[in-house]
Amino acid sequence: MSVIVYTENWDGKFKKSSYELVSYAHALASELGVETIAISIGQVPEDQLNALANYGANKVLCVKNPELAVLDNAAYASAIARAAKANNAQVVVFANNFTGKAVAPRVAVKLEAGMANSVTTLPLSFSPFVVQKNIFNGKAQGNLQINSNIKVLSLAQNSFGVKESSVSLTIENFDAQLDSSKFNTELIEKNTVSGKIILTDAELVVSGGRGMKSPDNWGPLEELAAILGAGTACSRPVADEGWRPHSEHVGQTGKVIAPNLYIALGISGAIQHLAGVSSSKVIVAVNTDPEAPFFEAADYGILGDVNKILPKLVEAAKAFKAHS
Amino acid sequence: MKILVCLSNVPDTTTKIKLNGDQSALDMTGVQWVINPWDELALTRALDLKEKSEGKIDTITVITVGESLTEPTIRKALAVGADDAVRINLNPTDDYEVASNIAAWVKNNPYNIILTGIESSDYNGSAVGGMLAEFLKIPSVSSVSFLDMEGDKPLMKREIPGGTETIRVPMPFVAIVQKGIALDPRIPAMRGIMMARKKELTVVEPAGEGSKSTYIGFAMPKAKAKVKMIDAENAGQLITLLHEEAKVI
Repeated sequence: MSVIVYTENWDGKFKKSSYELVSYAHALASELGVETIAISIGQVPEDQLNALANYGANKVLCVKNPELAVLDNAAYASAIARAAKANNAQVVVFANNFTGKAVAPRVAVKLEAGMANSVTTLPLSFSPFVVQKNIFNGKAQGNLQINSNIKVLSLAQNSFGVKESSVSLTIENFDAQLDSSKFNTELIEKNTVSGKIILTDAELVVSGGRGMKSPDNWGPLEELAAILGAGTACSRPVADEGWRPHSEHVGQTGKVIAPNLYIALGISGAIQHLAGVSSSKVIVAVNTDPEAPFFEAADYGILGDVNKILPKLVEAAKAFKAHS
Repeated sequence: MKILVCLSNVPDTTTKIKLNGDQSALDMTGVQWVINPWDELALTRALDLKEKSEGKIDTITVITVGESLTEPTIRKALAVGADDAVRINLNPTDDYEVASNIAAWVKNNPYNIILTGIESSDYNGSAVGGMLAEFLKIPSVSSVSFLDMEGDKPLMKREIPGGTETIRVPMPFVAIVQKGIALDPRIPAMRGIMMARKKELTVVEPAGEGSKSTYIGFAMPKAKAKVKMIDAENAGQLITLLHEEAKVI
């Protein structure tokens, strides 16, 4: 019996979110009294794999079938479901991220498993198996009872945290026995921006809205983000106006993020925007309108024109960084 | 060529969520029901593709799993240009049940391309598209922000963390779409609304598997403490507070 956790790597490296995921799987496995087994797909150096022991992984299965070189949702699901069956998994854990959303539902069908995504806590009870998850983008929480023998969960990022718990770990190779004729996702081109902080990974986010008044005013915002090591985001109107790329749009129909700090500059805080950021640990709102709904959701607020306030923040952040 | 667009009927995104007295259910009184925003973008793209396909795309069918109260939403999809509609007569409990029932229909009524939104704005399941593809044993591509036809071959872009990948898979396939796939959704015109009344809406009884999970209770998020206001003249003080008090930088 086991809890299986899919630990995705990025160019052979794990991220903080991978450790959070293993921490969660280990806590779950401890409650069930079973092993925590991580599945790693592709080439990952041994020191990276060994690091998973610090968060409670008893075993890592390394899957290196050539069919998995490109993300083919069906091939990945086949490999993970096969490993889950071979290890008598009771629960299979994914991150609620790009890959998790692509693969976990297919794994659930293969294992005839009920699935809960955007899970925020350890199970409230094990018999029956009930988890709490975000619904309406965090505007409410639902308690979902899963009735199948095997359960598939995907964890909302930054909801559990990284928890150290050192165990001894074994590394094994696992042949997923894939039939290459069945999988045919053809990767024609890949475009990535290097050196930019990926918004969904960012621990700190600086975000601008219509209160910024013009796309030409983004310089100080980007400077503040660069000083703090933060990602940059924007509200929907700003993306729709073409002031900023759509990839920066956070909110209900854009990206849903949960950083440690979200600084909203000139964003009023429409309910759809708040739905995408309300899980952030600390929220700062800067706005000229004292009635802006963001002040209801924020921890810190500054009333005033962002374009006048931003230079002060940049200056203070520079001074802070110089002293730390 | 035939395209199927899966629609979910959801509360309007501005809805304030309320629970009933014993927190066992959501209070849906007075809620405006709409097409799930991502499904609406999927439909918009499907209609755009059909219009510029010079007859190569024959029909756009929309399908929903729901009881008769979902019909106004289906009629709206017909009013903006979908050719016909299918309603599977079932109030579904989870994504597994939805996907299995759509798969049961598709097995007997094949399509070349199936589109779903990446999630529904109510229960945020994000699972119907992937599950549907797995039930049908066909490819799925997730987080699709671009879909076009290059001759007879569909080409897609999917949003990966920090960039995009241009992808091709053979038909039939499921494309799970997100923001970027289409611009603003279409607004039904009076002529479209009149025509929608004459379009075929097939109602079928469920033929798929049952659910694997069910909601047994709900909770509202904890109320936030009151905002701490900082004087604009001393805005820089924020940085100190974020470091010393909130401890996030």
